[in-house]
Amino acid sequence: MSKIRVLHYINQFFGGIGGEEKADVPPSLREGKVGPGMAIQGAFRDEAEVVSTIICGDSYFNENLDEAKAQILQMVKDVNPDLFIAGPAFNAGRYGVACATIAAAVKEELGIPAITAMYEENPGVDLFRKQLEIVKTANSAAGMRDAVNNLVPLALKLARGEEVLGPEEEGYFPRGIRVNYFAEERGSARAVDMLLKKIKGEDFETEYPMPVFDRVDPAAPLKDLASATIALVTSGGIVPKGNPDHIESSNASKYGSYSLEGFNDLTSETHETAHGGYDPVYANQDPDRVLPVDVLREMEAAGEIGKLHNMFYTTVGNGTAVASAKKFASEIAQKLLSAGVDAVILTST
Amino acid sequence: MVKEIERTGLPVVHMCTVVPISLTVGANRIVPTVAIPYPLGNPTLGAEEEKKLRERLVRRALNSLTQPVDSQTVFEK
Repeated sequence: MSKIRVLHYINQFFGGIGGEEKADVPPSLREGKVGPGMAIQGAFRDEAEVVSTIICGDSYFNENLDEAKAQILQMVKDVNPDLFIAGPAFNAGRYGVACATIAAAVKEELGIPAITAMYEENPGVDLFRKQLEIVKTANSAAGMRDAVNNLVPLALKLARGEEVLGPEEEGYFPRGIRVNYFAEERGSARAVDMLLKKIKGEDFETEYPMPVFDRVDPAAPLKDLASATIALVTSGGIVPKGNPDHIESSNASKYGSYSLEGFNDLTSETHETAHGGYDPVYANQDPDRVLPVDVLREMEAAGEIGKLHNMFYTTVGNGTAVASAKKFASEIAQKLLSAGVDAVILTST
Repeated sequence: MVKEIERTGLPVVHMCTVVPISLTVGANRIVPTVAIPYPLGNPTLGAEEEKKLRERLVRRALNSLTQPVDSQTVFEK
């Protein structure tokens, strides 16, 4: 049998083009393997060959979703591989969304087997886990070797059209697919076993896990904007110049609360961004591009809104654990409530 | 973060560029913005035009806070 031909998708960083300052490069096609493609090729041995690599900037992909998808699908058509691999993306949010979006599109629109891999809190997982196999990885590229070793066997199975076992066995995120099988014991016996385990306080595994829907109902709208106090919150990392509380550039462990008293406009003299997950040049030049204090002050003066709350709350949403973000926000929310704030504008980068 | 704030009953509008992420996260009022490194600006415009753009987006966000919504809503205009 001839070797399976693999096309690999990676971002500008893993492609060696550059960091955040190059995140807006459009997709390009290279011959052969690049960056993590080397490790993937190693794991494939002689079974498959990474024939080409597509490299695309993470911001370019996410800001030009339809265009980027069309451009990349055309490249995939031209190469016409037997298998498409995107990533692994670990906990890089934009990269994960790009990998999962394009892999799902290759699978669905071109009918070519496709797979990707990333960390469980990557937003790409929840967006596309139902459409395709997304292999679980660690949250950083330190986990590259394990990621590749888990990804490659499943990728080969998909390329060969072999049977894919359940998510537990193969190491991918559950897709919500049910498969009929013959159990050794009938349902009533299994249910009683489970109940006995539960009574004894032992571990048991339900056969019918309930999906978790963590949704919050929309809050009631403002009755009167002209008398409302509006607060600004951001995950874009805007902080007073010098980042006095040392909020981390990624995986933030804290948030900051800072006064807006006396600020009618944020400038490169007064504020900057602490965020390490996007090109900081534009936010540093004019922090209003992330936290729109200037226009809100004008609207306050013109009476369009009652008041701009005199504090803003900020953290860095870059690989930050969901549990941390939750904790920050529930503390921020309490502060907003006790300060008599009526509504919130939350900006994200 | 959006959800934890809204849980207390305060209306929140999420201004962000990658709307699909905001939708999976569970924001109820969403205003799409310009670009990841400058959601509320555009360095290719002159200072005056850029501020007008920011004003338009913020006005749209404020307006969304006055609108009743019963499910996730993207305010395109």
